[in-house]
Amino acid sequence: MDAMLHISTLHYLVLGAALFLLGVIGVLTRRNVVIVLMSIELILNAVNLNLVALSRYWQGMPARLGGGAQALHGQVFAIFVITDAAAEAAVGLGILIAFFRNKETVNVDEVNLLKW
Amino acid sequence: MNSSLLQSIVDYVQSYLSSNQTPGVAGNWFWATVYVLLVFAGVSVGVICMNWLERKILAHMQVRLGPMRVGPHGLLQPIADALKLLLKEDIIPAEADALVFWIAPFIVDLAAFTVFIVVPFGPAHAVTDMNIGILFMLGVSSLSVLGIVTAGWASNSHYPLIGALRSSAQMVSYEVAMGLAVVSAIMMTSLSAEGGTLSMIGIVQRQQEQQVWFVFKFFPLGLVAFAIFAIAMIAETNRAPFDLPEAESELTAGFHTEYSGFRWSLFFLAEYAAMMAVSSIAVTLWLGGWLRPFPNALHGATWDLIFSFFPGLTFLFLGGLCFFNASRMPKHPFFKIQTMGLAAFGAVLGLIGLVLFVPGIRERVQDIFWFTAKVAAFMYLYIWYRGTFPRYRFDQLMKVGWKVLLPTGLALLILTAVVAMRTEVWAEVVVPMWLGFADLLRRIF
Amino acid sequence: MNPLVANPPVATPFFFYLLSGIMIIGGILVITRKNAVHSAIALITALLAQAGLYLMLYAPFVAGVQIILYAGGIMVLFLFVIMLISIERTMKERQFNKQWLVGIAAAAALGGLFISVYAKGKSLFPEGHPLYPEAQNTQAIGALLFDSRTGMYMFAFEIASLLLLVAIIGAVVMAKKRI
Repeated sequence: MDAMLHISTLHYLVLGAALFLLGVIGVLTRRNVVIVLMSIELILNAVNLNLVALSRYWQGMPARLGGGAQALHGQVFAIFVITDAAAEAAVGLGILIAFFRNKETVNVDEVNLLKW
Repeated sequence: MNSSLLQSIVDYVQSYLSSNQTPGVAGNWFWATVYVLLVFAGVSVGVICMNWLERKILAHMQVRLGPMRVGPHGLLQPIADALKLLLKEDIIPAEADALVFWIAPFIVDLAAFTVFIVVPFGPAHAVTDMNIGILFMLGVSSLSVLGIVTAGWASNSHYPLIGALRSSAQMVSYEVAMGLAVVSAIMMTSLSAEGGTLSMIGIVQRQQEQQVWFVFKFFPLGLVAFAIFAIAMIAETNRAPFDLPEAESELTAGFHTEYSGFRWSLFFLAEYAAMMAVSSIAVTLWLGGWLRPFPNALHGATWDLIFSFFPGLTFLFLGGLCFFNASRMPKHPFFKIQTMGLAAFGAVLGLIGLVLFVPGIRERVQDIFWFTAKVAAFMYLYIWYRGTFPRYRFDQLMKVGWKVLLPTGLALLILTAVVAMRTEVWAEVVVPMWLGFADLLRRIF
Repeated sequence: MNPLVANPPVATPFFFYLLSGIMIIGGILVITRKNAVHSAIALITALLAQAGLYLMLYAPFVAGVQIILYAGGIMVLFLFVIMLISIERTMKERQFNKQWLVGIAAAAALGGLFISVYAKGKSLFPEGHPLYPEAQNTQAIGALLFDSRTGMYMFAFEIASLLLLVAIIGAVVMAKKRI
């Protein structure tokens, strides 16, 4: 019970892992490209949660190991991941619109030709 | 009840009064709740006032009378409207996506009201002071677009869908220019000794410290940033002349065509609350927030006393206006109740004005009064724009956003950064130039 | 409690389990809804809950970026695209592809890996880390990104801006009817 009520870094990592798995299941099983892209966002967010939680953990490390108040590398990485997500969403949705215009479908398993 | 428990509760409630912090920062839950309720009530009253004022002012601009029947000079019209909207049938179209249709107005309202928890009405008069205050305000107010888009989509009808598409394109485009203008103001805060800040209260304190409102800082630069923000915030709140998402002549009512009754009134509430929220961002960033005019040039006990009379005087003036109009009411017995009502309303306003002269209250409401007055000026501008400007076409709107405001904002950001790096150059070159220009003007006239 | 922090967090377990519950339910809804708009709304809820978790982790700046960029920017883009492509037809079709069994199996294997790592590595995360005031968070991130002495991520930042430029051009090229 005490382990349940005392929120530690591990709790955040478990949550991140759960979200990551949900995202992986979404990517592997759904047909709708939009939802596949959203599942990728879910995966990226799980990674972000881990990064921020570990950055918090690293802050508590001794200074000789690079810890301390200024050790916010995880948060900086999280910001870069969010930037990546924005770029990925823009290009992915652009491809999706081009694809929909040509084949009138948004299903992943109908994208099986390497040309159109 | 146990007397020591009662005593500890009283101590808890009183302990905040002596501190000079916002309740959120002081960690006092009781006062935080009180502040939240006060802000919510204040914003709602503001929306009611805006409803009446907008109809009256627009009417007078168009040489009409506006609402005159419900109450003296239509003063009770907003209440009648609210009652009507609450009693109306709440229609959900058969083809609509009921769940999303139901949620959408609440998303818009949540986004519009949540931002008020960081709005600084005074150095200690805010629900809380966040380290990321301005970021939080911009972020949460940008969430309202989600509500608009889902509302338009869930209606499953053509006009709302086009309105929603227009709204999302418009809000996303203008957010960019808005952000650039905000960044240039944030950059100006970093010139203080304590360094830059994103906290709303901190930004106003930096303006006090630098003894200048950021509109007038680096003269044309601050003004241009303010102008970009002032244009972008109108587009952001979907108001005339950028009210394309709800353009009556093209889209019936845009994204809320299918909404009626209570849900429609939620959209109405959110629109006006969002207008107040973005106005308070502008006031905080560029117009010195709660600071009274000339806190440095006109300082000292006498000036403090004179300026502290303003809130009371304003209410006395409004009360006097009511009495004046009551005396001008037709003398026919049919208008007897209306005349008495108006006089009573004037009396209430006058009484509030008198209460605001009491020394203890006088000092406390000052900050809130100046902040509200500045926001009210923006609200008047909103009505004025609606009365004067014709609506933009959608391609013109996009052109203004991407080809005018965005490049201007980028150039402004670079210029502000350069000037902030080399303030001495500004003081030696540009300030004398402006002074010489002012001297020239004085000689001509 | 650490003197560095003026306000120790209140009811941390309650908020953690509340927010993580919202996130898990949101994530499940994202991958199971037929209607893409419902998925998007579930994802937005999960993202906002995650911003709350960032606040609990003393990362207010990341929380603000999460709200502005993810909830206010990327998800609006998603909704915009969902409205551009008609979805009436896709809602009547089969929602899951033929490899759902393989997908579940792969996810289960990955989950097993996570569980084993956490079971082994539980002692890796000893508790009792000090709390740092969040008032310096934004400045510290800014220093890591831009400062001339401590800014070790300045180059990465420039690369990220280049990436965004490429993404803009790519999106325009892809979505344009005629180039």
